[in-house]
Amino acid sequence: MKQFTVGHEDWSLHRKGLPDQQRHREKVRQAIREHLSDIISEESIIVSEEDRVVKIPVPAIREYRFRFDQGRQKQVGHGGDGLEIGDMVAGGCPPALSGKGAGTEPGSDYYEAEITLDELSELMFEDLHLPNLRDKPRPQLVTESVDFRDVRKRGPAGNLDRRRTIKETFRRNALKGRPGLQKFTPEDLRYRTWNPVRRPESAAVVLAMMDTSGSMGPFEKHVARSFFFWMVRFLKTRYDNVEVVFLAHHTEARETTQDEFFSRGESGGTRCSSVYRLALDIVAERYSPRQYNVYAFHFSDGDNLASDNDLCVALAGQLVGVSNLVGYGEIEGPYYYTSTLRSAFKKIADPRFVTVVLRDKSEVYSALRTFFRAGPADEVGPDA
Amino acid sequence: MHDMESLEKDIEEIMAAARQYGLDHRDMHFEICPPEVLYSFGAYRMPTRFGHWSFGKAYQRIKTEYDHNLSRMYEMVINTDPCYAFLLQGNTRIQNRLVIAHALAHSDFFKHNAYFARTAPRTVLESMTVAAGRIRNYEQAYGRERVEQFLDAALAVQEHVDYHHSPGTGRRYPAGESASHSKNDVLGFIARFGHGLESWQRDILAVVREESLYFRPQLATKLCNEGWATFWHLKIMHHLELTEEETVDFARMHAQLVQPSRLRVNPYLLGLSIFSDIDRRWGRDTVFEARATCDDPGLLRNYLTEELVRKMDLFVFRRIGYEWRVVEKDWQTVRDTLIQNLFNCGHPYILVETGDFNGRGELYLKHYYEGVELDVHYLEKTLPLVHRLWGRPVHLETVLEEKEMLFSFPGDKVGKRLI
Repeated sequence: MKQFTVGHEDWSLHRKGLPDQQRHREKVRQAIREHLSDIISEESIIVSEEDRVVKIPVPAIREYRFRFDQGRQKQVGHGGDGLEIGDMVAGGCPPALSGKGAGTEPGSDYYEAEITLDELSELMFEDLHLPNLRDKPRPQLVTESVDFRDVRKRGPAGNLDRRRTIKETFRRNALKGRPGLQKFTPEDLRYRTWNPVRRPESAAVVLAMMDTSGSMGPFEKHVARSFFFWMVRFLKTRYDNVEVVFLAHHTEARETTQDEFFSRGESGGTRCSSVYRLALDIVAERYSPRQYNVYAFHFSDGDNLASDNDLCVALAGQLVGVSNLVGYGEIEGPYYYTSTLRSAFKKIADPRFVTVVLRDKSEVYSALRTFFRAGPADEVGPDA
Repeated sequence: MHDMESLEKDIEEIMAAARQYGLDHRDMHFEICPPEVLYSFGAYRMPTRFGHWSFGKAYQRIKTEYDHNLSRMYEMVINTDPCYAFLLQGNTRIQNRLVIAHALAHSDFFKHNAYFARTAPRTVLESMTVAAGRIRNYEQAYGRERVEQFLDAALAVQEHVDYHHSPGTGRRYPAGESASHSKNDVLGFIARFGHGLESWQRDILAVVREESLYFRPQLATKLCNEGWATFWHLKIMHHLELTEEETVDFARMHAQLVQPSRLRVNPYLLGLSIFSDIDRRWGRDTVFEARATCDDPGLLRNYLTEELVRKMDLFVFRRIGYEWRVVEKDWQTVRDTLIQNLFNCGHPYILVETGDFNGRGELYLKHYYEGVELDVHYLEKTLPLVHRLWGRPVHLETVLEEKEMLFSFPGDKVGKRLI
């Protein structure tokens, strides 16, 4: 008698593990969300190309239980090449030999997760928005979403509208004089279908202003660039038509392209008033506050020419007057200055002027959240 | 690729060889699966089981290892009757012949090893399927999140069952309190006496407990079982007529399997060495006797010799500062360390002292300390999970730096004190 059978089922519909894989991924995403501030300022992400998959360190989702302290447990290994007492086996942490078989417990608490820049942006920007956005006569800013509000007889199976389908079955059976829920036929099937909804929003311009003077060291530049990198990404992800203008300055300010803005470093002294003046000129010439929501973000190490401070405060005050929000980010580098610009800016007491201090690259994320969260309580626009 | 017809012929040939050697396997069902399916079976350890994210995590790990070519699962054999062996679709003929021989030996082991005597292999697939269905229903009725959180907690203590009590008696406990209750059946104790557990929660605890009892013999005999299967696939493959190319391929696969590692004992290699040594010194009857009577600590205690330890160059190492260094090479110390690490399947022994500590229905657990401390971070994260099950304050006694300590979780945060 044959003692065996062989099967070769069609396994293509076997998707048993999917919900659990999905759930685990959700937990990983949650862990990423909780560690965003550490993750997003990684140099490898900032320099990555648009749609690349990036690798980020994610804390492993642990399954807690009572277990031995693996650092204290003695373990056994195979030598093979005559290791003697006192010889080093390894520098890292070896996975314990557990009863569950090799490799069940993760060797380290972090592992590399792969995520696309888009996914990462989505996690970061879920609840961010341009604050104080107001209606302007030139509708240019468009957000797109989908709305399920139509029902059709054909559609993808995933969109089957069960309630309506059952109603149809009842109706057809009732018409035939045999009311009840029996015999679904293809013509009973109803599918939900969607329409894209485009909501016109007001036009907006964002002025990205960065100090590129000699006192901006590699750390300060990295922090400023990280901020602007994510800011541009955020604006592009969320808004269709927001315009971004890049302004770089040392003692003089000039408008640059996006690539230049992110790549070049300059030297020389610092006169911050130059960039505020340029910003005001550009707003006056090209972006009338009547038609545009104006935002300006300036990043600097705060090491400004002392004689320039008063002028700077005056111009920044004017800029606030025509803007929905002006943000100033000061990066406190390893060499601590008794900051000049930030303390000078304390004179501007307008809820539309927001200052943040960044001491560590992980604070880029909180700066983003400060600037792009709900704005000042009173929703005041510029005096237009 | 291996076509069906020649696969069946190969199976017959390998079975005949196995029979000739005296192997007595169960009736077999071989199923050919694509990688994703095989990996999901590997992650769940069975083809049907309730859902939990930790299985999704295990799947992710297996898949990553495959994608990065770190390791490859060629087969999986489960303890059922008839015995199911899942072969990876795309295996070459020589790969399949090796894993079929390997699988038959596993099947023989499941059938004859004493520790598997009470694992109910005829009904396990069905009962797991039914339990998974019930848990799905609980998700519908009580919410996915609630069920998941409860499972998180139940799985945290799944190892603490008494496997000398057979599965199937899981739901019946003597009426009185702990007096007649097995002290190391923490999970069973909680299921029986936990405060405020709803019936669906008790059911989940019973399911987790029974499945843990089912898997327990496999964890307790990993070294024996893999050693046994490797011993036999080697014998059987030598018995078959292979072309030169096939011989090379087979040798490469086998070598991969028994590759020694400095950082952990390879159960295939150690098990194979021990069984070969028994065969050489005491003969085939003793080999069969060892497979019928031993679990891993037993096999090591009875058959790991000084000569073997030296031949395999086994050593004991531990962490000193930030490095891992060899600390012992004495063969008896090596053996005893191995046995100690496999004791209780590598899990700490946790006993129920009382379910009425302080006279207020609090749970008092005691870690039976044998020289290795618990991971305090894990301990502090696990106690709240036990509290989630027990419903009242929970305590765990253990030893840290030679002092007896009591960790307590009354419901808000973990505290510890000397006793």
